[in-house]
Amino acid sequence: MSENKGVLIVGELLEGKLASITGELLGIGRKLADSLGQNLSAVLIGSGVGDLANEAVALGADKVYVIDNPMFKDYLTDAYVGALEKLVKETNPEIVLLGQTATGRDLGPRLGFRLGTGVTLDCVALAIDPETKLMQKTKPVYGGNALAMYVGEDRPQMATIRVKSMEPLPKDASRKGEVKAFDPALDASKVRGKMVNRVKEEVAGIKLEDAAVVICGGRGMGGPDPFKTVLADLAKMLNGAVGATRPPCDSGWVPTINQIGLTGKIVAPTLYIGIALSGSSQHLAGMTGSKNIVAINKDGEANIFGVSHFGVVGDYKKVLPAFVAKCKELVAK
Amino acid sequence: MNLIVCVKQVFDPETPAASFKIDPEKKRAIPPKEKPMVISPYDESAVEAALKVKDANAGTKVTVLSMGGDSAKEVIKHGLAMGGDEGVQLTDPAFDDSDSFATASILAEAIKKIGPCDIIFCGRQEADWDAGQVGSGIAELLGIPSVTAIKKIQVKDGTAVVERILPDGYEVVEVPLPVLVTVSNEIGEPRYATLKGIMAAAKKKVTNWSSKDVPAVAAKNKMLKLFIPVREAKCEFITGETPEEAGAKLAVRLREAKLF
Repeated sequence: MSENKGVLIVGELLEGKLASITGELLGIGRKLADSLGQNLSAVLIGSGVGDLANEAVALGADKVYVIDNPMFKDYLTDAYVGALEKLVKETNPEIVLLGQTATGRDLGPRLGFRLGTGVTLDCVALAIDPETKLMQKTKPVYGGNALAMYVGEDRPQMATIRVKSMEPLPKDASRKGEVKAFDPALDASKVRGKMVNRVKEEVAGIKLEDAAVVICGGRGMGGPDPFKTVLADLAKMLNGAVGATRPPCDSGWVPTINQIGLTGKIVAPTLYIGIALSGSSQHLAGMTGSKNIVAINKDGEANIFGVSHFGVVGDYKKVLPAFVAKCKELVAK
Repeated sequence: MNLIVCVKQVFDPETPAASFKIDPEKKRAIPPKEKPMVISPYDESAVEAALKVKDANAGTKVTVLSMGGDSAKEVIKHGLAMGGDEGVQLTDPAFDDSDSFATASILAEAIKKIGPCDIIFCGRQEADWDAGQVGSGIAELLGIPSVTAIKKIQVKDGTAVVERILPDGYEVVEVPLPVLVTVSNEIGEPRYATLKGIMAAAKKKVTNWSSKDVPAVAAKNKMLKLFIPVREAKCEFITGETPEEAGAKLAVRLREAKLF
């Protein structure tokens, strides 16, 4: 058997473009490949992949495998795992990385078990041990209260990375790389399950994960109304989006697609304002990448102040209207 | 139909970060004082999902399966009190250092030993190590399809119709049985264990298996270290004579910092 070599990242597409996680995977993949003195490959799987392979080269890949077939239009576990299993067995990478997305968290473990190797999901740091040359995989555990570092000796070494935890490289259109079509020759009749329907729950305004300003409310908001009034007003004025911690979503005050946290959206805006939320580790896992964190909470001991840059201890019902009024006045000037 | 739900006992995940302690030598979390162990929250959602299928399909049996120490019996009893029918407990010191690979392997063997089953339910991830892969692993080892992070499941004509959560909505997937699903909290509030249910659970059968019944499996991943990240607490608190004044001063300060 040939030696395992190189880093392979499993890119993702979103609405006909490269998803941002693909750039993040290429960024960390490039670093790992360079520290091993090996190549970085990417695989793009879908239907109508088109010119995206060249974009992956511009973002750091030496080689891009394209698996382009109507069979892969929708994500189906069996089809994707089967295709990637064939690619990995044929190319023998040392390391395989995926994104911790709806796709990656489904695909990663299933592929890892099929290949008989240990996967680590939701990593926030990856590095090569200079002595053993093994990949050290660091991930939050206990809802983000602690970090654990894992290492596995089986090949390929596998991990998924948390969205927005790694930096993409600047796009360099002059980079050269090889683009290669790959046909996994899957038997479609072996794919169990079919996609019946996809239901989009539309959010008005800016998408939470793209917003430069995020206004987030917690259990202390007391009910659904403040999310639609005072938080929505503030978001509108600052050109941002409204999110929530898990309790308001579980209580049905806010649709779950607005949930920020370990099992919701991961956000990293320029400005995050957290209101009437304690800062559970579940929630912190979804927002501590924010550049500037502001908190308003009654309880001065709340965890959220431990990660905040600016804070006001007080009842949001009194603090927030005055804050919004002053913001409006300053913006108008 | 035969359904199996995998559950795990964990430290109460609501334990505030300030009282969360670890033993870095042993690479373990230290149990918080006076906080009882609980069923991992997504596993409780998994029990709820199984019971919903049972409610809609007469003659369905739900087996609650857990691997853990002696006290794992409590979470099995919790599942039985909610409405499960039988329990299987896997306890052996040889299982103690299991990673996700070993755990999934041991659970998959136990599931085979329990007998033919139509749907296996797991939580989408457990609240202690947050590994999020035991469910998919079991499915792969058993060679059956899996659908992860679901919020709804219905069974008809030998297939399961499930709603899988996506960042911008959900998708409806149809898969043939047997299937493994991992369940998210969006399935809805888990039912309460009623007094009647708790009393009934005391009489329900719980089978104990050790590594003699289901062999232990070596871990694939090794934990090198466990540590608590250092957070720089450097919050600038804005104060005022009144909460309103503090609010207005916060706006001024953020403007100065050019944050809006």
